[in-house]
Amino acid sequence: MDHGAEFALEKHFDPIGARIGMWLFLFTELLLFGGLFLLYAIYLNKHPEDFHYASSQLNQFIGAMNTIILLTSSLTMALAVGAMHRHSRKLALFFLILTFLLAAGFLVNKYFEWGAKIHHGIYPGSEELLQHPQGEILFYGLYYTMTGLHGLHVVVGMVVMGFLFYFSVKKSHKAVSLQPHFLQPLLGKKLKLTDSKGTKIWESEEISDQISGVEVILKGKQPEDKFASNTVKFENAGLYWHLVDIIWIFLFPLFYLIAM
Amino acid sequence: MASVAGTVPMEKSFYEEKGRHSGLLAWLLSTDHKRIGIMYLISMTTFFLVGVAIGVLMRLELISPGETIMGAQTYNSLFTLHGVIMIFLFIIPGIPAAFGNFFLPLQIGAKDVAFPRLNLLSYWLYLIGVTIALSSLFTGPGPADTGWTFYAPYSLRTGTNVTLAVLAAFVLGFSSILTGLNFITTMHRMRAPGMTFFKMPLFCWSLYATGWIQILATPILGITLALVMVERLIGVGVFDPVKGGDPVLYQHLFWIYSHPAVYIMVLPAMGVLTEIIPTFARRTIFGYKAIAFSSMAIAFVGYLVWGHHMFTSGISDTSRMAFSFLTFLVAIPSAIKVFNWLATLYKGSIDMQPPFLYGITFIILFSIGGLTGLILGSLATDIHVHDTYFVVAHFHYVMFGGTGFVFFAALHYLGPKMFGRMYNKKVAYIAWVFLFIGFNALYFTMFILGYKGMPRRYYDALPEFHTLHVIATVGSWILVTGIIIMFVNLYRGFRHGEKAGINPWGGTTLEWTVGTPPPLENFHEIPTVVHEPYYHPRNENEEEK
Repeated sequence: MDHGAEFALEKHFDPIGARIGMWLFLFTELLLFGGLFLLYAIYLNKHPEDFHYASSQLNQFIGAMNTIILLTSSLTMALAVGAMHRHSRKLALFFLILTFLLAAGFLVNKYFEWGAKIHHGIYPGSEELLQHPQGEILFYGLYYTMTGLHGLHVVVGMVVMGFLFYFSVKKSHKAVSLQPHFLQPLLGKKLKLTDSKGTKIWESEEISDQISGVEVILKGKQPEDKFASNTVKFENAGLYWHLVDIIWIFLFPLFYLIAM
Repeated sequence: MASVAGTVPMEKSFYEEKGRHSGLLAWLLSTDHKRIGIMYLISMTTFFLVGVAIGVLMRLELISPGETIMGAQTYNSLFTLHGVIMIFLFIIPGIPAAFGNFFLPLQIGAKDVAFPRLNLLSYWLYLIGVTIALSSLFTGPGPADTGWTFYAPYSLRTGTNVTLAVLAAFVLGFSSILTGLNFITTMHRMRAPGMTFFKMPLFCWSLYATGWIQILATPILGITLALVMVERLIGVGVFDPVKGGDPVLYQHLFWIYSHPAVYIMVLPAMGVLTEIIPTFARRTIFGYKAIAFSSMAIAFVGYLVWGHHMFTSGISDTSRMAFSFLTFLVAIPSAIKVFNWLATLYKGSIDMQPPFLYGITFIILFSIGGLTGLILGSLATDIHVHDTYFVVAHFHYVMFGGTGFVFFAALHYLGPKMFGRMYNKKVAYIAWVFLFIGFNALYFTMFILGYKGMPRRYYDALPEFHTLHVIATVGSWILVTGIIIMFVNLYRGFRHGEKAGINPWGGTTLEWTVGTPPPLENFHEIPTVVHEPYYHPRNENEEEK
């Protein structure tokens, strides 16, 4: 098997590339919200009094609480990434779960906040809201759209955390996968597993064209490269989560604090 | 260890390699950039032909006064559909998704793009977008009739199925973003040793500039269309004047994306042309850096000119003058490219092969389109010709005459590499004659019609426009004849033509050093790049390198 190295599936593992891709994606997210911030700026300029009044009707306490929750979750996310860097997977998972719970807490608060408003008939297209001045209709339109889109991002973040959890807990990993075109030169030969002294541990059948692929699955502790690739996944998820946080840092004063 | 070359059968192309799946799944589940490129190419060509068919029907309606073959409402739906198909399903994914996917890794000496699975996801999103767009035709209250621009407030009020059409555009935008993101990362991380940014082929540079526009402009369209959707579904009110919203703001947000989007459409075409010209002039490109930087300049300045779509929408004089000035500014980098192409041809040893012929047609038609763009960019003349056939003609000259013809050129230039077979060159020339005559008869007539005051998007015309409408319609028939001849010729060639060699045109970039069609992993050994991309050795002995 002197061609062994040639047949190993080439791994496209490029941490810097993954990070570049993530940053580019974050740019698109910023611009997605950028359009909404632009609308907010223009309508605030057009209807300052209405925005002022409508903002005073929001629940500043829940807003502030959510800000604290989200900031704390950013901290726990950063701690999870840090734990990965220090190779302590268990600690990272602990902080990841904590982040997940904080995110869920944020959504629960949001649910009660929206619920209260909707209960009072303040939601887009409602009879009640249409009686209000135009500035307030726009304020609440933007309020529901922007915090809604942000909430959607929180949900996506939680799904991402779920995947991270799965990837870090997974015990078995595909180490080598030989596609059919790599098997061609091996036709009629056997695969053998030996220990360091050359003693045979296991031998395969003869490889015929019936066999469509060979996979080597590792079980037990995560191999180093898998760990490294998980670390990059943690870093990228962390970047995303901080973006969600930063957007909220702007949403909070714009909706809750302009009247104070 | 002996080189692996002796044991692995080298000449197998990526078509022949057996993957994990077979049949259609071997394509739909493949992360190979070459297969994804070809899937895009086939899907887009199909929709291009559908869009052409709709265009022909619209022209037929206008051949005689009054209702000819369809009513006004049908006509409204057809021009919407024509726009949505041609813009979102054909020309925006266009050259990057088909030829960029296939050739970007080959040109920079990589085995694939940076994120192969993301690449496949882009294609799936494209398919999902297509499915949604098609289902918007057959479900609900009937196909959208707003035009591809979905202007508020009409798009908020019309009873037709705008919500689904808009959702389709949203999903397709996401697909476009992922392609751009993938290409930029690929160019930053996967260039072969020795290939610096300034040794990249200029097609890559154009894809790089395009990628940035895709990433930075498309999200704005995404959020704008999402707002139209939530407006229609729950009535948020941000664009609805009844609720205090401002429809002009919709136009701003829409064009903040959609003007840069025309550069998403045309920049890659300029890139392909920059590959074709040095190959058939048999000399290096003139002004490599000027062309590379002009791509980036177009991408940047193209961001700041969106207001020229709104000169008659009631924006202030100050902003109109600023936008007019910036519009003139963006013409400069395009002109830089044209002059550099011409300088490359000067004293070149020109070989008039089909790809070259289709390619240089771009220069003629795009120049007409570009110069009439300046008429539209000037405030005084724009008031006169705004929303007339003049705009339609200008747009088709730059998009169809520009990008469309280079798309054809790319099919003729790169197709033999992709499919491994050569088409009939004589027929390709004949098709070009039909295309060129038909195109000009159809669209140049529209310049005159527009100048005389024929408004766009009308299913009927005043009697004084009748003669010109007949000429345009006849032109559309000639054009379609050319398109049919060309595609039949290409299809027959790529299926049954004679085998194409590794380098049928004498190209100098890396994609011409691999097999035809390329092997699965592109390069058995990643090449080291020493020359600039368009290095044409002066004598035969030097060709060894």
